[in-house]
Amino acid sequence: MKINIPHIAKLANLEITRDQEEVFEKQLSEVLTHIEKLHEVDTTGVHETSQVTGLENIEREDKTTDSFTQEEALSQTKNATNGSFVVKGIFENE
Amino acid sequence: MNNFTNLTIKTAREKLDKKEFSSVELTKYYLEQIKKHNDRLNAFITITEHEALTMAEKADEKIHNGESTPLLGIPLALKDIYVTKGIKTTAASKVLENYVGHYDGTVVKKLKDAGVVILGKTNLDAWAHGSSGENSDFGPTKNPYNTDYVPGGSSSGSPTAVAADMALAASGTDTGGSIRLPASFCNVVGLKPTYGRVSRYGVIAMASSLDSIGHFTKTVEDNALYLQASAGGDPMDATTPPVAVPDYSEKLDHGVKGLKIGVPKEYFIEGLDPKVRELTEKALSWYQSQGAKLVEVSLPHTKYAIEVYYIIQTAEVSSNLARYTGVRYGDERSVFGDEAKRRIMLGTYVLSAGYYDAFYKKAMQVRTLLIKDVKDAFEKVDVMITPASPTLPWKLGEKTTDPLSMYLSDIFTVHANLVGIPGLSVPIGFVDGLPVGMQILGPHFKEDLLYQVGNAFEKEHPFWMERPVL
Amino acid sequence: MSKYIPIIGLEVHVELKTKSKMFCGCSADYFGKEPNTHTCPVCLGLPGALPIPNKQAIEWCIKIALALGCEINLFSKFDRKNYFYHDLPKGYQISQYDLPFGTKGSIVLSNGKTIGITRVHMEEDTGKLSHHETNGVKTSLVDFNRSGVPLVEIVTEPDFHDAKDVVEYLQMLRSIVRYLDVSNADMEKGDMRLEPNISLSTDPTKLPNYKVEVKNINSFRFVDKAIAYEIKRHEEILERGETPIQETRGWNENKNATFSQRVKEEANDYRYFPEPDIPPIRHTQEAIDELKKTLPELQTEKIARFTKEYSLPAIKAEILTREKSRADEFENAVKLGQEKGISPEQIANMIINRPDDLEIHVNNTIHVEALLQRVELENKREEISEEELKLVIQKVIADNPKAVEDYKSGKESVIMFLVGQCMRAIGRKVDANIVKQSLIKALT
Repeated sequence: MKINIPHIAKLANLEITRDQEEVFEKQLSEVLTHIEKLHEVDTTGVHETSQVTGLENIEREDKTTDSFTQEEALSQTKNATNGSFVVKGIFENE
Repeated sequence: MNNFTNLTIKTAREKLDKKEFSSVELTKYYLEQIKKHNDRLNAFITITEHEALTMAEKADEKIHNGESTPLLGIPLALKDIYVTKGIKTTAASKVLENYVGHYDGTVVKKLKDAGVVILGKTNLDAWAHGSSGENSDFGPTKNPYNTDYVPGGSSSGSPTAVAADMALAASGTDTGGSIRLPASFCNVVGLKPTYGRVSRYGVIAMASSLDSIGHFTKTVEDNALYLQASAGGDPMDATTPPVAVPDYSEKLDHGVKGLKIGVPKEYFIEGLDPKVRELTEKALSWYQSQGAKLVEVSLPHTKYAIEVYYIIQTAEVSSNLARYTGVRYGDERSVFGDEAKRRIMLGTYVLSAGYYDAFYKKAMQVRTLLIKDVKDAFEKVDVMITPASPTLPWKLGEKTTDPLSMYLSDIFTVHANLVGIPGLSVPIGFVDGLPVGMQILGPHFKEDLLYQVGNAFEKEHPFWMERPVL
Repeated sequence: MSKYIPIIGLEVHVELKTKSKMFCGCSADYFGKEPNTHTCPVCLGLPGALPIPNKQAIEWCIKIALALGCEINLFSKFDRKNYFYHDLPKGYQISQYDLPFGTKGSIVLSNGKTIGITRVHMEEDTGKLSHHETNGVKTSLVDFNRSGVPLVEIVTEPDFHDAKDVVEYLQMLRSIVRYLDVSNADMEKGDMRLEPNISLSTDPTKLPNYKVEVKNINSFRFVDKAIAYEIKRHEEILERGETPIQETRGWNENKNATFSQRVKEEANDYRYFPEPDIPPIRHTQEAIDELKKTLPELQTEKIARFTKEYSLPAIKAEILTREKSRADEFENAVKLGQEKGISPEQIANMIINRPDDLEIHVNNTIHVEALLQRVELENKREEISEEELKLVIQKVIADNPKAVEDYKSGKESVIMFLVGQCMRAIGRKVDANIVKQSLIKALT
């Protein structure tokens, strides 16, 4: 099973070095080959389970609760300006 | 100084009430133990000496005022994946090396309300990814019974701390065996509760539909007390069913007479270490001798459980770790270790366009079949008993370059997470000085039954008293 | 006439006006607040935080779906939409993928055309980025106050063929959410964000093999302009024998032009999967039927009723029903006016034609009594023909040369004296205002 490491890395927002790329490709392909064993199970008409609690309709009333202060919200960032988090410029308006 | 080595939560509480020692004294003892052994075992990432002593003083004050709740003044440790306000919370990853928790999660709040003393944050495989403890970005934890061996993971530091007397009990998380496997490797009791029994709010998510929040203790009795303080529905976690919390200590001494114990044949297979098999069968025979009935059961899809697990788990991991970008807290994504990167990549792949049906959807369908297997089995038996791990603890470094063989060490534990049922790991002896544990599985919300079955064995086989020589 | 037929579909995001956010208790009233003061572990995407859905928001989303004639999925769920962007704290947006709350609705435009509604689903808003340049370095600032505010996405079929219809649809949609009282739909505050997707075809029965999306437009006028711009751009490309690139574009309001943001090769693979932290949502048909009964009469229904019941022309009914509160005031006035023999149309005219009358329009509401008094007064007035009025004015001007001179030299208050002279000369109760206006005209 081949896995396109650069494409997946891009989707996953990860930087993978050339050396890592080779190692990962080998390791992940091995795991995927193993996982492919699943295809021998007949699942015709079997529904999908994504949760096991059987719960439904767990909702909250529309009530407000306390928020962080600005200081608390920003307390763990390395880069804050004017009460905001700072990131590299994203795209220009043109 | 008192000899605290064989203390349990239960006995420590009695002695605290009788003023044989104070919580501060007890806390100092464990802090001393941590200082003594941590360099060698690497069980703790953060030691919260100052906070611990403050909590102990508060507990002593309450004890002085006649309060007596089951965990009051008891020194505990938390896997460093529990978010703690004002205390570093690293998930053993360099990404969060300097992250100080913004808030306390539900369990941490409950434990604080119960008057515990938090000694520190224990080591783990980074992000709880691993079965050996070696994936920690802050170095591997060592097995206290033989430091050349792994303690099991991902909750590696917590059982090590309990076994090595660096804490009276400790919390962990179990997504595919991360409590039960290391408990069995460290000769301690470990419970993976029913999914949703204990709130996940404030515990760093690994795989949201699988994560269970549980604890390590020396004895089954202690484990019941610990669960009692942490279980229950939580308005902050939509996946905690409003099932009443029973008195988990009530049935401890009810014995096993007349109980039907299922022995799933798919678990006693080639690849199971013969010595582990021998000890497990010995334990099963003992149960039989006590009037329990052994019934062979079949969980036909067992051989697919690990595949289903590695699809669902990595898919959820890839999404849950997306928030770590270094903007609001922590470091940037390039700092993720190799194992986290591998899982993120694998999870991203199985969810990506063109592969979702073949992998993720298929896994969700086979998950349904795994649930049915277990449901069918519990129509015939009350509990099931299996080995907790197919092998003994392995040597450090033995599997680190082979992710697949590491993944396969979870084959006996992942089934419970996929189905959501509880599993209790209880020590059943030693092979060449290395601990072995069995896994008792029960139906949803039947933790009290697991404790009943585990306690019966432990009372006759108090392996927990065989402390490691350090 | 161009040989190309525009094929246009629309995605609209409507922000709900709940008190709290979609998945946490932070206040959703974020507009104009200090940055990052409405956040908590959940909407800031902190480690270990978990979402709990807002019941009110779900109910309102379903109300919107019902008002758009949708079928409601009795079994529904939330899904994670995974992508990386700095305004998205968790690295995924909680949205709905294959089981949205509403599907297969429609809206009928005034020209009789039916626009299909593909789906109506619930999701959460992102944080807000603002872009800055300091010392030549471009940075973006992120404020998470908006992060997690409930958002309803309404997607249409590609049923539009011109921008005019799109704008009418948008006006109707805005009217609906306002009538339902679930959103302020204030364009200035970004409560409604519009994303047309546009392509051109020579065959109206076949969808072209490309589609251009214009993202995040915040006014109906700009949607109109962006569509016109795109149609022209596509035409030019097609005329060259090429096909426009499938891509996402932005709207630059200063340049009145769209610009390329992302081409398809880079398009996101969102890796949707069921949100494991939120149990599914199930409704009974009875509960949905009950909810449907609580829907108010919407604007289109009101227009139809007003034209029939009050014999109003459609244009006036439309104006009166733009705001539900205005329509209610009108009907209240009609009821009270009936006893006084005042016709609905007179009331309608008074509301529509005198928007500047501060006695009638008080703080954006209608002072019904003042309105009725005014109508009564005007009813007592007698008619005067333009001819008669012209003669009277000529006479008064001739008889009062001094006053006329004073007026012309800037002493404007003299006009009232002249009006009084005219009224006396007419000898009947006529509208002094009309006399005044005609007099001023005659004097200049």
